[in-house]
Amino acid sequence: MENAKLKEVMIKSAKSLYNSLPVLVGVILLIGLANAAIPKHYYGMLFSKNPIIDSFIGSGIGSVLAGNPVTSYILGGEFLKQGISLVAVTSFMVAWVTVGVVQYPAEAILLGKKFTFYRNVSAFFLAIVVAIITVAVVSLI
Amino acid sequence: MKRTEKSMAGWYFLTVVLVIYAISFFINKDVVFNGLKYVIKLFEKIIPIFVLIYVLLVLINYFVKPKHLAKHLGEGSGVKGWLIAIVAGILSSGPIYMWYPLLNELQKHGVKNGLIAAFLYNRAVKPALLPLIIYYFGLKFTVVLTVVMIGVSVIQGKIIDKFVVEVK
Repeated sequence: MENAKLKEVMIKSAKSLYNSLPVLVGVILLIGLANAAIPKHYYGMLFSKNPIIDSFIGSGIGSVLAGNPVTSYILGGEFLKQGISLVAVTSFMVAWVTVGVVQYPAEAILLGKKFTFYRNVSAFFLAIVVAIITVAVVSLI
Repeated sequence: MKRTEKSMAGWYFLTVVLVIYAISFFINKDVVFNGLKYVIKLFEKIIPIFVLIYVLLVLINYFVKPKHLAKHLGEGSGVKGWLIAIVAGILSSGPIYMWYPLLNELQKHGVKNGLIAAFLYNRAVKPALLPLIIYYFGLKFTVVLTVVMIGVSVIQGKIIDKFVVEVK
């Protein structure tokens, strides 16, 4: 390894991360506040018990919430016990990990506004598509 | 360091978040304190990921030439490009936003936006968490969901490639 080149690359990479730092810190602070402000069990009350409307509600709630996917499985299990359809619960869990409303500003700054818009909007609708296909296939096999 | 509009956008964003915290403090102090406790725990978890991202950035900037990356992950990368994005997405760990700086660097090196979208989508498929989802929803459901999500990640990548021609 060339020492001079390595030093140059290390500085360049550090600068790149430094530029991203305020965005990352901002997102982490937002996630912290959102988690503390909204108790998660309240979300179960938003469902209507209509499977079609609920798949959109599930995808919407999953898009807004952020955090470890484990939480989405536990919440999804609770929603199922409350009688919410498997399609709605699946779209909720898929949107939780594929759509990011809280991290949207960070993604837009670092990866581009158009990219972020199309990625998140398509992921919102694809969460419902994934849920419908998954539940349909599971019921067939 | 040269202050570009883009680098300032991050600081503006952080300022807005701090203003939201200040307003929340006057509305409900407990929410702010609980939020900050959560943030401290989150920071403790992500510091190792941050180090990993830095090491990857150094390795990419040192060893990988833009034309090399563009050849394997750029326009015309074909099935191999999709497979790399899917496997890398599944194997990556940590919060999604920690990967934005590295993906930003890859965008600059000519990696296709569709592959970046597929990478991000496949971060939802986590082998380490499979036992837990099997416990809650069963093996059949988990296998079908995983396969469908991997397939849909390519569809999303194609959508992004069709609509996003943004060059950063």
